[in-house]
Amino acid sequence: MTPENLIWIAMLLPLVAIALVFIVGEKSPNVRESCTIGIAVTLFWVTTRLASFVFSGGRPSFKMGEILPGFEIAFTVEPLGMLFALVASGLWILTTVYAIGYMRGHHEKNQTRFYACFASAIFAALAAAFAANLFTLFVAYELMTISTYPLVTHHGDEKAKKGGRIYLGILLSTSVAFFMLAIAWTWTVAGTLDFTPGGILAQPNIDGKISDFQLSVLLGLFAFGIGKAAIMPFHRWLPAAMVAPTPVSALLHAVAVVKVGVFTILKVSIYIFGIDLISETRLGEGANPIMMSDWLCYLAGATILLASLVAMTKDNLKARLAYSTVSQLAYITLGAALATPDSVIGGGMHIAMHAVGKITLFFCAGAIYVGAHKTNISDMRGLGRAMPLTMGAFLLATLSIIGLPPGGGAWSKWFLALGTVQTGHFWLLAALMVSSLLNIAYLIPIPIRAFMTPVGETPMKFKEAPMMCVVPLCITAVGSVVLFFFGNEIYDVLLPIATSTR
Amino acid sequence: MAAPLFILIGNRKLVLLLTQLVCWTVFGITVALLSRMQYGPISYELGGWPSPYGIVYNVDYLSAFVMLFVSGLGAIVITYAPKSIDKEVHHSKHTLFYASYLLCMTGLLGMCITGDLFNVFVFLEISSLSSYALISLGKTRRAPLAALHYLIIGTVGATFFLIGIGLLYQMTGTLNMADIASRIQAVDSSRTMLVAFAFMTVGLFIKMAVFPLHTWLPNAYTYAPSVVTCFIAATATKVSVYAFIRLIYVIFTPQFAFERLPLDQALMAFSLVGIFVASAAAIYQTNIKRLLAYSSVAQIGYMLLGISMSNVGGLTAGITHMFNHALIKGGLFMVVGCFALRIGSLKLEDLRGAGKTMPLTSFAWVLGGLGLIGVPMTAGFVSKWLLLTSALSLELWPVAVLMLLSSLLAVVYIWRVVEILYFSPASHLAQTAKEAPMAMLIPTYIVIGSTIVFGCWTVYSAGIAHAAAESLLGISQMGGVQ
Repeated sequence: MTPENLIWIAMLLPLVAIALVFIVGEKSPNVRESCTIGIAVTLFWVTTRLASFVFSGGRPSFKMGEILPGFEIAFTVEPLGMLFALVASGLWILTTVYAIGYMRGHHEKNQTRFYACFASAIFAALAAAFAANLFTLFVAYELMTISTYPLVTHHGDEKAKKGGRIYLGILLSTSVAFFMLAIAWTWTVAGTLDFTPGGILAQPNIDGKISDFQLSVLLGLFAFGIGKAAIMPFHRWLPAAMVAPTPVSALLHAVAVVKVGVFTILKVSIYIFGIDLISETRLGEGANPIMMSDWLCYLAGATILLASLVAMTKDNLKARLAYSTVSQLAYITLGAALATPDSVIGGGMHIAMHAVGKITLFFCAGAIYVGAHKTNISDMRGLGRAMPLTMGAFLLATLSIIGLPPGGGAWSKWFLALGTVQTGHFWLLAALMVSSLLNIAYLIPIPIRAFMTPVGETPMKFKEAPMMCVVPLCITAVGSVVLFFFGNEIYDVLLPIATSTR
Repeated sequence: MAAPLFILIGNRKLVLLLTQLVCWTVFGITVALLSRMQYGPISYELGGWPSPYGIVYNVDYLSAFVMLFVSGLGAIVITYAPKSIDKEVHHSKHTLFYASYLLCMTGLLGMCITGDLFNVFVFLEISSLSSYALISLGKTRRAPLAALHYLIIGTVGATFFLIGIGLLYQMTGTLNMADIASRIQAVDSSRTMLVAFAFMTVGLFIKMAVFPLHTWLPNAYTYAPSVVTCFIAATATKVSVYAFIRLIYVIFTPQFAFERLPLDQALMAFSLVGIFVASAAAIYQTNIKRLLAYSSVAQIGYMLLGISMSNVGGLTAGITHMFNHALIKGGLFMVVGCFALRIGSLKLEDLRGAGKTMPLTSFAWVLGGLGLIGVPMTAGFVSKWLLLTSALSLELWPVAVLMLLSSLLAVVYIWRVVEILYFSPASHLAQTAKEAPMAMLIPTYIVIGSTIVFGCWTVYSAGIAHAAAESLLGISQMGGVQ
């Protein structure tokens, strides 16, 4: 199979999964789920094949067709997108296994619709990861919003409806009002939307079609338009979406949806603006002109700290994790806005590191809910004796999120910190450090409380969640540690994106 | 080749089958007409009198394109109609209904094809009078009242248009469009011309239901039988928009309309205010048909916005949106017709929970609604995107921003219905409802599906619209040279 074929095969597979899920339907849940898992495994195999080609320097591309003159649906695979696709497809397998345990353990309704929407979200994630131009990426981005809406509102009650309204409202409005405008503007000045190494806006900037200040405004339109990156003040949808069943929260809101957001921001920063353009364009006169993306750096820094602070106040475990996600996403935006080679690599690595770590935490939250019917952190005293595996996994993933070795997150934070130093943003370095402390403050007490505190009157017996839930979360927890030892490999793989010049 | 009219007038046998046959034949003919367009415009001299003395019929890209979707939607709506008509129109009036339907279509097609200004008026009246009749066939007692309301305002509009024609004739001594265009250079500074232009513009604005002259539309759409609403909403206002494009770009020149008069700014302001007010009004409606009616008023604003930009990009966007919106709105009203058949009420509170009992119909609403919002891969996105890029290329920043903000209002009113369909406890009417019959669902899905097709594949929508826009601006530039 040539790599070109692998691209469309990879994207076709989730669609096949949707069809199979609908054909089998409620008649035979076992067949339906094994179809999904079978396809997910095949997909992962296909993406690894593709990855081995892309990481050794290939850039396969595949063209679907032209919608309007100049606007084509086309796909080109580069390392950043490949990494994202690998993470998404790999975690799809585990989440499906986990979802079987969770959804059945919990007797959820409408499971056919659930698995079908799940597959379509994966399709959207792959399409976004492989997109060759901004237009294709935008289409995939919107598809993702719409296909996940039924997942967010899965329970169909008043609370789900309200959460769904906020979810759809914020994501759709920001994308239509800002993102689309930004794309159209880019098209008008640059005449192309292709992701090009070194960016496409540098030449119009030299030609005077877009001034330095306008570039900064355009960056703002992108940053706010990509609402999925959850930069404050457009982060409200993420906590609102936590009404969804936990497997959805896990895959979509720790991996697919939010990562599409920050992935898009990285893509825009690297391939539309070009990191040289961002870091070299200065605004203002005088001795100390500021970088055009400075305000975004500080906004991301503020989001990191504020979201961490909010997370500390939440007693509901999923809500706390949601705000923690907001904070972690801002790391990646920060990496894109700093626009040094190290910071964008750090951002790209963080997509993978945070995905594996955060999905573990969400899996744990779901397992605790299924196994012990607890959602509030204050009720989890002594739970470590009943669910040692779950809580142990939680501890490992926490290390990765905080950025302590041997968690994978240590590397990405290291590179981001290097980026702040290289550009002289020492306040942001401080923000990163303080945020790590805050992470410790709001995450570590949970496993500590679960293991160390005396149980009280009713001693708990060993009672884990169903195996289908526990096994995946152990795998991802181990994965987050394994990634630590592969930090160098990921760095090498991502190096071409940062050094590609005009 | 101008035969569609003759077929229609010649076959007033009032049988359903014949009506359907006629509609599909006309559709076939318009397809043939459009495919001939690559060899250049066609003209046919009625009765053998050479132009400019006799009445001449002209077909170019624009008119062929408009005729195509008018006849196409007319044909598919009539295929969908029988069950809905059975329920909503009294049996004794069925023959009357089909006769009026065909007459209305004749009028609309005639407006597109004719090259004679007075003939435009005649066909305008044919289509209007028959649509008054169609609307009054609704079963509620309010339908005749709504028809009367429309009749009064519509007649005012038509009369204004006629006055304008009269003044033009006085100044130029001809009624042939091309002839007027060539003679207008000599007289275009006179005040009479300005008055004529003003009268004709206002007359057409009423017919188009441009805000604030839209008051007839919500009532007329709401109380008419569903089938009539589908047809009129999808086609009638679009044909008036077509006449307006002709008026500006062929008869009067853009130089006259946009340089001498500040019509472009005025149009832009009217359309933006209209988009916002009508979309906001749509949000507060409790009847699903009325909601769509206000949304139509808003969508007309987008078309005018494109026309007001007076460059190829804007005009292409306007014409594309005519086509796309005809499909989307036609499809959505067909969905509403299915609800009307099975649930019997169109109040939003009675539609609660219909997503469970009528899943296919409700899903069609979601798809159509996404098109109306302008989500990528739907037809609505294509036209909105064209409009946006041409606004940006003219550096009309406020217009671009306002346009995008206004589409957020569409999200609100469409999604309000989606929530009602899927997330509310079922009303007793919706609980017992069955899925709509296949005879209605299939045509509905053909139309809704085509909005997706034309969202991905635009050679035959935006492509033809582009050719039409280029030829229009080309004509007007030649007029300027002469």
